[in-house]
Amino acid sequence: MNTDNFTLELKNITAGYGESEILHGINLKVKPGEIVAIIGPNGAGKSTAIKAILGLLNITKGSVLLDGNDITDTPPDRVVTKGISYVPQTHNVFVNLSVQENLEMGAWTRTDGIPERLDEMFTLFPDLREKRRQAAGSLSGGQRQMVAMAKALMVDAKVLLLDEPTAGLSPKYRGEIFSTIQDINSSGVPILIVEQNAKQALGCANRGYVLVEGTNRYEGTGKELLDDREVARMFLGGGE
Amino acid sequence: MWESFGFEFVNFYFVPGIVLGCIYALGAIGITLTFGILRFANFAHGEVMMTGAYVTWTIMALTGALFGWALHPLIAAIPSVFLMILVFFVVDRFFYKPFRKAPTIKVVMASFGMMLVIRSLVQILWGPNQITFVKGIAKPNSFIRELTGSMDMMILVPNKHFLIMGGTVVIVMLLGYLLTYTRIGKAMRAVSDSPDLALVTGIDVEVVIRATWIVGGACAVAAGVFLATDIQMLETTMGFRMLLPMFAAAILGGIGKPYGAVLGGLVIGLAEELSSYPWIGDAPLLSPGYKSGVAFSIMIVMLIVRPSGIFKGRTF
Repeated sequence: MNTDNFTLELKNITAGYGESEILHGINLKVKPGEIVAIIGPNGAGKSTAIKAILGLLNITKGSVLLDGNDITDTPPDRVVTKGISYVPQTHNVFVNLSVQENLEMGAWTRTDGIPERLDEMFTLFPDLREKRRQAAGSLSGGQRQMVAMAKALMVDAKVLLLDEPTAGLSPKYRGEIFSTIQDINSSGVPILIVEQNAKQALGCANRGYVLVEGTNRYEGTGKELLDDREVARMFLGGGE
Repeated sequence: MWESFGFEFVNFYFVPGIVLGCIYALGAIGITLTFGILRFANFAHGEVMMTGAYVTWTIMALTGALFGWALHPLIAAIPSVFLMILVFFVVDRFFYKPFRKAPTIKVVMASFGMMLVIRSLVQILWGPNQITFVKGIAKPNSFIRELTGSMDMMILVPNKHFLIMGGTVVIVMLLGYLLTYTRIGKAMRAVSDSPDLALVTGIDVEVVIRATWIVGGACAVAAGVFLATDIQMLETTMGFRMLLPMFAAAILGGIGKPYGAVLGGLVIGLAEELSSYPWIGDAPLLSPGYKSGVAFSIMIVMLIVRPSGIFKGRTF
């Protein structure tokens, strides 16, 4: 068996919602310590790939491995317990709960060390410390994204999945989110990120995958993909 | 003139309105929590209130027959709460849980069916006729009467009303503590906020659902026992009669908002009682027969004007 030490591995995943198949045999790997970006046009199945990892949809063929263990079809709440943390693209905070309560909910599957982790998160996201008593729904989009990421990091994640973390954010916040992603990663958490904003995502990723119509089209290091003419023409806004 | 207006108003309209509002509030808490967390209108909620009161009465009657003295309703209500929570668990497991992922209308229909099943079972076990819950005339609290009497006033509040109002305050405070400071309470608010996010956060939604039945069940039994204490009797339709005003209270306060349900309950209870006060002339403004129409009107107006309710709850 190929145990080349992957944190997360998708093997030939075929999946979809009900009858309609969206992913037709996707392969994807995240190695320890990596940032991996999935890019591709709308409807390519980027977010669907993440949902397949989480057990949110029907996988008809293929398997999902976490640290070499098969977690295919594990129900979503159990997936978190196994060490996969996920930040959805939208509706990713509990708007009626305070910032701190959101983080406490993120720690639901954790049994100890919650106050310490809370403190670490407030160190990583200093803005949130001041706003810890405020309802998450009262924060700006960028701050909400911070809450969502901090909430996901309250557990000891083996891998962090981010679904379009910068969608709809101002350029200022976009830069801030990407630098935070790198900070999180340098603390040792591998990250799988789905992004529309391909240039910035590939810029900070170790490796990237380009999905088109539910299949793998290209893969390579972030730099390789950024330099690839075809990729540039298709996704990076015109190319040279 | 003003004095007679004041005392009659307070004694016969305002206090009974608050008391009725407390009962609605406790029932509406369970309805709004179920609505927020399980996402359906539980038609069987009123029947759980009613059954809780019947079980409480039975425990009182049994202790009366065995030991010669009946337990106080509030003490007898405690085992009744446990039994009704068990009923909620069984009903949920066999009649609601199978529809968790199905369209909402199916579980709503299931709850409608449970409403009929529970009421019929109670009619089989206890008979269809009214039962006296507490005997005798409820005397006004003598301390308050003398105190206010010495100040040239006449405030008459029966002890049973103090019991209901005080009990409601205590329960609502406990609920507030639960929802604000405990892990499970925060998780209940989280699931009510977004069940999908709760799922991918790793929150065990089934545990939260069980907690919802526990809290809703306890409040429902309290509401049922308070209602029986107030009207001093038991009827198998008493829960069903409460259902519409309780839904009105939940909608008025905002679906999924327990404090909204409390406020909504008080408003509906007061509105119902005050609607029959002789505001103009000597005749009641509305015949007391139209009381339930008041709750219905408030609900309809609210659904048109501000469907999210006072506390901005969920809209469907």
